[in-house]
Amino acid sequence: MTKVTRRNFLKSGTALAGGMAGILAIGRAPAFAQGATVHWLRWNDFVPASDQLLRKELLPAAEKALGIKINLETVNGNDLQPRITSAIQSGSGPDIIMLFNNHPQIYSESVIDLSDIAGRVSEAEDGYYDLCKSNSADGQKWISLPWTIVGAMIAYRKSWFDEVGSPAFPDTWEKYREVGKKLKAKGRPIGQTLGHTFGDAPTFSYPYLWSWGGTEVEKDGKTVNINKKEVIESVKFMTAFWKEAHDEGGLAWDDTNNNRAFLSQTISATLNGASIYIESLRNPDKYITDTGAKLNTDIQHAPLPKGPAGQFAMHTYFSHVIPSYSKNQDAAKALLKWIHTKANYEPWFVSQKGFATPPTHEWEKHKLWDEDKVMTPYKIAGRLGQTPGYPLPTSGKKAAEVLTKYIITDMYAKAVQGATAEDSVKWAQDELQKIYT
Amino acid sequence: MAIAESRVETKVYMPQAPRPRLRLLEDERWLAFVLLLPTVVLLAAFIAYPFLRGILLSVTDARVGVPGNFVGFANFYKIFNDGIFRTSVYNTFLYTGVTTVFKLALGLWLAVLLNRNFRGKAFTRAFILLPFIIPTVLSTFAWKWMFDPTFSVLNWLLYHLGLITGRINWLGDPELAMISIIIVNIWRGVPFFAISLLAGLQTISPELNEAAAIDGARPWQRFWYVTWPLLLPVTMVVVLFSVIQTFADFQIVYVMTGGGPANATHLFATYAYQIGIGTGILSEGAAISLAMFPVLFLVVIIQLLYIRRVEVR
Repeated sequence: MTKVTRRNFLKSGTALAGGMAGILAIGRAPAFAQGATVHWLRWNDFVPASDQLLRKELLPAAEKALGIKINLETVNGNDLQPRITSAIQSGSGPDIIMLFNNHPQIYSESVIDLSDIAGRVSEAEDGYYDLCKSNSADGQKWISLPWTIVGAMIAYRKSWFDEVGSPAFPDTWEKYREVGKKLKAKGRPIGQTLGHTFGDAPTFSYPYLWSWGGTEVEKDGKTVNINKKEVIESVKFMTAFWKEAHDEGGLAWDDTNNNRAFLSQTISATLNGASIYIESLRNPDKYITDTGAKLNTDIQHAPLPKGPAGQFAMHTYFSHVIPSYSKNQDAAKALLKWIHTKANYEPWFVSQKGFATPPTHEWEKHKLWDEDKVMTPYKIAGRLGQTPGYPLPTSGKKAAEVLTKYIITDMYAKAVQGATAEDSVKWAQDELQKIYT
Repeated sequence: MAIAESRVETKVYMPQAPRPRLRLLEDERWLAFVLLLPTVVLLAAFIAYPFLRGILLSVTDARVGVPGNFVGFANFYKIFNDGIFRTSVYNTFLYTGVTTVFKLALGLWLAVLLNRNFRGKAFTRAFILLPFIIPTVLSTFAWKWMFDPTFSVLNWLLYHLGLITGRINWLGDPELAMISIIIVNIWRGVPFFAISLLAGLQTISPELNEAAAIDGARPWQRFWYVTWPLLLPVTMVVVLFSVIQTFADFQIVYVMTGGGPANATHLFATYAYQIGIGTGILSEGAAISLAMFPVLFLVVIIQLLYIRRVEVR
């Protein structure tokens, strides 16, 4: 039996204050963690294997290492915001909450500063991508800790595009519209949501707007000038593009509909994370093409085409906040620190098979990106994306309000439903002005 | 033996005087107060407090996690100048009006049918209640699948019956989306009307109808001049409940369309939810919710006055 001398005890105590060395010295978890239960709220991952990995391997390991209990709860992605709003208002709820895109900005007064962990991760992993800071920092501090980026690329059917004379994916909107017209004539339209859903709708409508030269606000952060010729043109183009080339049911789609439609082979292309391809890899015998080939051999990924003002992208961004009401803030921070070490984050990243791109540059070197060429475009997703509120450097509260009110998406959806382009853009101008001025 | 030892103490039974607190309950006014107290507490906690809190929120600029400052009626001014709010108001009236008419007509028709004797009556009555028994969210998800833009079983059926050649965009077209949510609300609400009106029909003595028949009244006349007037008070109560519930409906629209496409199917409740919970502007969300109140209050007053008049008559 180890004899506890006064000197040993003091040594252990000092080490405890220093961190892990202390834990090892006395063989016990940190003092904060004794009996603490951390409630972690996340979305139902589009790659279910990752949730399984968390539940069965990573979190039990974290519980052992940190001496805490972890209660992982997963919900539909669109339900995360209602949960955090009610939790903050009632002053009780999960200790760690996942949020999408710039949603943390809405709750900036009610979450704790995570700059220390963010600084450590950034330093250890060659820095965060710019879009992380724009979404997760409020100008002074990190209000949420970047978790991952789900790259938005167009998944398309290579053989069907070949059939209509487009062996390479169209690189401009005009070309995409022409190809889409031919595909729809063959009963294989493009599938795109313009509904109220967190991922695929804004990651399409925002870059589309930017590529025509439109922005929700000017660089001064106050002037709204969306009601201009370029944007009206973009809306007119979209209306015709929709009718000629798209599955018109897309107005009512959420983030799951296009996955189902693509996998059941009713659409030829859709903007998405790589979840469609990953699902077709997971069940290769379930998804067979009309020629008898495995569907996964016929899927390719491409970025959104260029518009008159250039080529843009917006990716769905994931981060975690710790609400100020949490009584387990230290334990929650310890868990985030633990999961964001390279050794612990890597198994989760690998289980995503490229669906999720990590938020730091370091992971671009990971061998996973060399394993499957179809997934390679996602490697640098983090470098290319802009954030809502572009061209502002930080996607602040106002941009978050615009995003959660779906104003940009609705501008196009209204026109597609029959409103004139001029009216739709004027409506958007009025709505944006109410927010920015 | 000493006299003192042989004395037997006699006790006269005297019931204990009630404790002052119990004595108080003998007073009917206090008893009524005590009996009503739990209800008052529940109403205060779950109705009055949230209502007052809603009023207070609506006159501030509170956001989620930020208490906000007093802004008077600025939120109301803002929402009355908001196009989506006006659409929501129109939708709510349309949704409530159309569904109530259909629910009443179909419910009454079903109630009259179920009031007759036929084999399997008990089973049919239980079966008809199903839409009302199944949790709304669950049944609405089933409907969402039936109206799915890509995999709609209704489209499949209509296509295979040769009635359509292309897909009907049920939830993607603003008007069809509105019709779809109206259909689901009617489907869900008809059993409530049917069973409540059936209960009302069963309180009407068959002798009245028989007497009218002997006097030569035809079935329609018997219904119009005998059954309907007697059923009217029950009908008014059922309509009152239904209007209140439908006007404040949330679940069906939230699950089916989320207020889309492009805000075309928002009702008061779903729009308040989007602004208050989704965007975190609690004060505006509360103002949108409160805008419902005067309308509902008016409906309740009119209907209660009408019911009282019918009862007095």
